[in-house]
Amino acid sequence: MALGRLGLVAVLVLSVGLPIVLDQYKLYVVSLTLVYVILAIGLNLTLGYAGQISLCHAAFMAFGSYAVAILGRRGVPFEVGLVVGVAVAFGWGLVLGFPALKVKHHYLAMVTLGFNIIVFLVLRNWESLTGGSFGISNVARPAWGPLSFKSDRAFYLYILAWATVAVASAYWILSSRWGRAFRAIRENEMRAEVVGVSLRNYKLMAFAIGAAYAGMGGALFAPLLGYIDPGAYTLDRSIQFLMMVVLGGLGRFEGPFIGALVVTVLPEVLRGSEGLYLIIYALSVILMMLFMPKGLVGLWDLAWRSSRSRTSPSTSSGSPR
Amino acid sequence: MALLEIENLTKHFFRLSALSRVSLSVEPGELLGVIGPNGSGKTTLFNCVTGVLRPSDGHVRFRGEDITGRTADTVYHRGIARTFQLIQLFPEMTVLENMLVATQEKEGTLLSRLLHREEPEATVRALALLEFLGIAGLEENPASNLSYGQQKLLDFGMALMSDPQLILLDEPMAGVNPTMIKNLVGHILELNARGYTFVVIEHNMEVVMSLCRRIVVLSQGERIAEGTPAEIADNPLVLDAYFGR
Amino acid sequence: MADLVQLCVAGVSIGAIYAMAAIGFVLLWQTSNTINFAQGEFVVLPAFAMVLFFVIFRLPFAVAMLATVLVSTLLLGVGVKELLVARLLKMGVLPLVIATIGLSLLIRYSLQQFWTPLALPFPAIFSRDPIRLGTIVVSLEEIGNILFAAVVIGALQLFITRTKLGWAMQAVAQNRTLASVLGINVSRLVTITFVLNAALTAVAAILIAPVYLVKYDIGVSLGLKAFYAAIIGGFNQIRGALLGGLLVGVVETLSAAYISSHFRDAFALVILIAVLLLKPEGIWGVKEEWA
Repeated sequence: MALGRLGLVAVLVLSVGLPIVLDQYKLYVVSLTLVYVILAIGLNLTLGYAGQISLCHAAFMAFGSYAVAILGRRGVPFEVGLVVGVAVAFGWGLVLGFPALKVKHHYLAMVTLGFNIIVFLVLRNWESLTGGSFGISNVARPAWGPLSFKSDRAFYLYILAWATVAVASAYWILSSRWGRAFRAIRENEMRAEVVGVSLRNYKLMAFAIGAAYAGMGGALFAPLLGYIDPGAYTLDRSIQFLMMVVLGGLGRFEGPFIGALVVTVLPEVLRGSEGLYLIIYALSVILMMLFMPKGLVGLWDLAWRSSRSRTSPSTSSGSPR
Repeated sequence: MALLEIENLTKHFFRLSALSRVSLSVEPGELLGVIGPNGSGKTTLFNCVTGVLRPSDGHVRFRGEDITGRTADTVYHRGIARTFQLIQLFPEMTVLENMLVATQEKEGTLLSRLLHREEPEATVRALALLEFLGIAGLEENPASNLSYGQQKLLDFGMALMSDPQLILLDEPMAGVNPTMIKNLVGHILELNARGYTFVVIEHNMEVVMSLCRRIVVLSQGERIAEGTPAEIADNPLVLDAYFGR
Repeated sequence: MADLVQLCVAGVSIGAIYAMAAIGFVLLWQTSNTINFAQGEFVVLPAFAMVLFFVIFRLPFAVAMLATVLVSTLLLGVGVKELLVARLLKMGVLPLVIATIGLSLLIRYSLQQFWTPLALPFPAIFSRDPIRLGTIVVSLEEIGNILFAAVVIGALQLFITRTKLGWAMQAVAQNRTLASVLGINVSRLVTITFVLNAALTAVAAILIAPVYLVKYDIGVSLGLKAFYAAIIGGFNQIRGALLGGLLVGVVETLSAAYISSHFRDAFALVILIAVLLLKPEGIWGVKEEWA
């Protein structure tokens, strides 16, 4: 892995110090980026590693957000809400995984797309549960007895902790034989099946685990914003995550970080020209597909190529690519 | 009991009949050859047996068990491995990883594959096989970096990783230089002597005649002849199929 | 009863337009494995072009129509094929899908930023006067749309089944490698398919502009409907896309009348899910295999 384990730890240490340096708004942007990283990690697993098109990532995110918001209103601790959200997302990810087995790209795109729309409609219409179009406001931030994470700085650190969990767990999964199976499926699905890789099991897992990460991200998203409404979980949002993962680099461990960073920072840089950033965004995506299909991580590779040694573990259950 | 029994296997693609009521059986320890002009259905036969395609009709029995229409990974677990005419590898994974994928699903459960990282036996076996095939020393290279001949050998090696009882080779000699052909023939004979059963599709008549004691001939999706190399060479139907009227 | 028939006519009328977009979509998939996520915008762009030629430049209708079709086939047919598809096709389905998503965003927001975010009105082509057939009342516009679409689709069908070029397209759709071995210039054929698609979407745009208003974001729902229609009707047959388009139009019109707005979308989605679960290749579709 390009960055190396030591590098990641260094980034972590630096990140902890950020709240001291940044103002409230910038801290918010960084917090949001971390949440997006978690979401991108999930989609990268489903799409980048296992090669399954998913256009409903936002729906899985919604499960996390609404679980935390709805349960929080009833006094349930945040962590419980998060676990519930992740579990629900995981479950639905499994359900979506089944059609993924039978159908190919275009159908899968349609199934996931349809699912996203259904979830959105349910969120908008089931008013007694979700608050309908108005959504839920004053989503509570976690608190452990007297220790509260309500302040932006404290909540940032809380998000950072969960992001670390997400990254570490993804690393753990991808460096196992599952990671190898996923990559085999992505590179040559037919051959993978012929050498005994159960497409059914692994595709289901890719969907379910990817969805679980989305649930986690969604659960952290809700209290970060403070309020949620169905409009945040539309097809557009799913496409945003798709772009994020593709721009960063599909099937590469660093991809989600780069993608989340670019997608969150770009609109900030282009502030004041609302529609323009979308145009530049769209153009970059097209140009990227034409000239750098591996994503921005390709640039990263160029920069690090010299410092990569031949003896880095890249085989067996080593570090994920 | 025959190791593999194919009964009236039929496969349609829309209006095209790729296989038409083909029957044959393979005895344990055999080295069976399958020949026929291009488009006669040989690869389709392999695809139907190994679960890559679903037959339209007919049955496939392996060691007495009906495996018709089962998925490819199920067939693999039952003990049938194959190689491909157009090389099918995992291009960006290393040679060693390619070999390990071919065996990692055979033992343990889905969960154990997540938890247990060490694969000493599999790695040793992979390296030994690579050595046996003469492509040792390339483990860390991405598969796409290998030469055509090396890739063919890797393909073969992957088929051997799971210790299958039946190995289907689809045109193993295609595009390979004469020295390598001698090597491959040697490997196949040696493995056959150790008890592995082979079915080989080949166009290289010299190889087929010297390697196989029994040959089945397909033409336009049908089985038109069967016999020893000598019998096949003299069979008018076979000559007709290849050279037409 | 009369109401039902009237609604069905209206449904078929709009469905015929959806069908054209769906047919183009299916043609692209069949011959070049392109899932065109920008199909909706392929209708919006010519719609704006039509506004330019017919409303702003005040060209005669026929001339404006021809100009629109020309612009569409050049930009969205040849242009997209040469600049995007030709390069991305070799990399598999996914990069092209992503690129078409990017393209749809690009067209949509460029129109919004550089032309107008507002809806532009478009004059009716056929008169909206009612025609009485016994107890049933329909408008000339609805009949006009159906006839126009029928002619275009009929011509397309004839082209594909009766001309050499059409046969070549069918061959490529069935088996690319074999087709090129037989001497068919696959690349040129793909360009022709893109041109055909651009022409279809241009016609759809001309017919739909008076019905919807011309706005930068109508492509979103149009594209979705084309996709829907192709999936429901059958992704690998033209008649599947035709059936799908008509179904979507009729279901949409009927449910708008009989089902409350809350559940309209949900109803259409239930149909989609049913098809995907029971017959994933579409009602008139044919099963696809590894082949």
